[in-house]
Amino acid sequence: MYQYDKYDQAMVDARVEDFRDQVRRRIAGDMNDDQFKPLRLKNGLYLQLHAYMLRVAIPYGTLDSRQLRKLAEIARKYDRGYGHFTTRQNLQYHWIKLEEAPDILAELATVEMHAIQTSGESIRNISADQYAGAAADEICDPRPWAELLRQATSFHPEFSYLPRKFKICVISSPADRAALRWHDCALRIVRNEAGEEGFEVYAGGGMGRTPFIAYKIRDFCPAAQIFSYIQAILRVWNLHARRDNIHKQRMKILVHDLGEEEFRRQVEEAFEHFLTLGTDFPQAEYDRIAAYFAPPPFETGLPEEIDRTDPDFALWVDQQVIAHKAPGYAIANISLKPIGGIGGDVTAEQMEVVADLAKRYSFDDVRVTHAQNLVLPHVRKIDLYAVWEALREAKLADANLDLVTDVIACPGLDYCTLANARSIPVAQKIQQRFADMDRQRDLGELKIKISGCINACGHHHAGHIGILGVDRKGTENYQLLLGGSGAEDTTQAKITGPGFDEDGVVDAVERAVECYRTLRDPGERFLDTYRRVGFDAFKEAIYG
Amino acid sequence: MADALRFRNDDPIEEPAVSLDAFLEQDGASAVRVEAGDDPSRLIPHLARVKLVEIGIPRFRDGRCFTSARILREAGYEGELRAEGDILVDLVFFMRRCGFDSFAPQAGLNRADVDAALSRYANVYQNAADGSVPIWKLRHG
Repeated sequence: MYQYDKYDQAMVDARVEDFRDQVRRRIAGDMNDDQFKPLRLKNGLYLQLHAYMLRVAIPYGTLDSRQLRKLAEIARKYDRGYGHFTTRQNLQYHWIKLEEAPDILAELATVEMHAIQTSGESIRNISADQYAGAAADEICDPRPWAELLRQATSFHPEFSYLPRKFKICVISSPADRAALRWHDCALRIVRNEAGEEGFEVYAGGGMGRTPFIAYKIRDFCPAAQIFSYIQAILRVWNLHARRDNIHKQRMKILVHDLGEEEFRRQVEEAFEHFLTLGTDFPQAEYDRIAAYFAPPPFETGLPEEIDRTDPDFALWVDQQVIAHKAPGYAIANISLKPIGGIGGDVTAEQMEVVADLAKRYSFDDVRVTHAQNLVLPHVRKIDLYAVWEALREAKLADANLDLVTDVIACPGLDYCTLANARSIPVAQKIQQRFADMDRQRDLGELKIKISGCINACGHHHAGHIGILGVDRKGTENYQLLLGGSGAEDTTQAKITGPGFDEDGVVDAVERAVECYRTLRDPGERFLDTYRRVGFDAFKEAIYG
Repeated sequence: MADALRFRNDDPIEEPAVSLDAFLEQDGASAVRVEAGDDPSRLIPHLARVKLVEIGIPRFRDGRCFTSARILREAGYEGELRAEGDILVDLVFFMRRCGFDSFAPQAGLNRADVDAALSRYANVYQNAADGSVPIWKLRHG
């Protein structure tokens, strides 16, 4: 994985001092909170219901054991002994003191980590396929490009006070495991007919109040020119976006207002201009970065067989283990969705267990997924049993990847000032309703995503079943949505009808699920059946 | 203008800056004010007679000024480029990088804070309008 050189290190060290000075000026009264807010947000510091929340960047969702241990140490020292992995592959601490935030950043900087641009109207932490470098279906590892773009978009002088947030995602597989087209700028690495590497570019995606799926703005951008293309997109948006209504300032709104063709025309014009400025990083810099992502020294001649004698282990293998591109290896997914737990939450002790396992069994490599789970990307098949036993000991061996209990949920009204309703208790009740493992497996892939407000951090627009918490006359109310997808078959979920109370929405989910079970053809997922039979049959089942 | 910060050696332009529309109609004008929301590229055909461009910043969160400044610098404009309005010390570094070379903040800036902000980051990841050498170039010579 990437390692900082003296320049990268100086940059994060300077940022720590920069932020320390901003906090000092705020505490001294040299700045009011209106002035301080955008500055702290650019460093991932939110004021929530009970305390400050600090969002730590995990670029392209990749960590090593040293970093994960540091995250555990910070959780113990500055928080309440746990952290929360988010739908942007980041980690949040929810119980932070303002005056300690600079010290936390200083601790992060010792392990080449930071909180730069994890919030605010800036270019956010870049997300990527969590199986990068391990997936059998990838063209190449997308992370060198993600790292190059991390540097290119950090402290960008022109694009640090944008109309709104701007999210970039990079993948290089036909399968989409990263909710690609729900991003403002979505990049898929492809090869053209000449075999040259480049990017299929999508623009204008986003969830929130006005969801849009990104449209393909360019079939092929030569890889070496991608930074110019992204800057062109940013410049058109920065100059022409509305600035009078925060709900209408995301790029998706400008794309919609101008129309896809006109937006493309303006971007192409700006792109031609950027190409003349010499801002693209040279091949030598890409090569330097890519060297850090060279494949680990995979052993050869390893056995492919997995001893399935232990039925609990066999179940975990069936659900959590994915094919790896190297013979004898496997990708092991770690569920952070125990029944009745808080999805994405991990204790300091659990972080240390995962760090140990990564170090010992996975070339010191851990990944975070947008579905709020973890991954050990490179495990020898002969080691899977030992990994599973250690995970079981740490209560991390749930076997529910992509099943009905693998619920994505935002922190909701339990933590967040923006929320209208709680998300966590709804996720827990759904998990309890469907806790039976045979039932879960019988239902197969079923992605439930819950947001506690219209901002959609819980990705409800992309849920096979989505749930949106709203405030209705002072009581929490939940809308049910169906048919969304954040995969390569991206679709936007559709609102079914009137909302429900907390228990009511769990019942409604069960009615939708039973409708699927009744109507499904062999081999069909929930989403497939929904698409085949249509919305009305499900609506009828839900509302009667 | 008591609080003005200037990073140029030539004499300050005393001529009042007129609006972009007025400037385009007045052949004799040499100082122009570009508001947030104006299209700065309309000035490009007239840069030869421009001595001062003042870019208005209605709210410090409004980042259009950064793009406006760069568009003018990238078109070859070498005269004074002044930021006027709601300017926080935390903006000045990025503004300098985008080509601003004078500042007229509504509320005065502490010069020591400005100097600290301008010297905090030794290097930069991207090239922009200020001639700074990007880190990738330092890495590869």
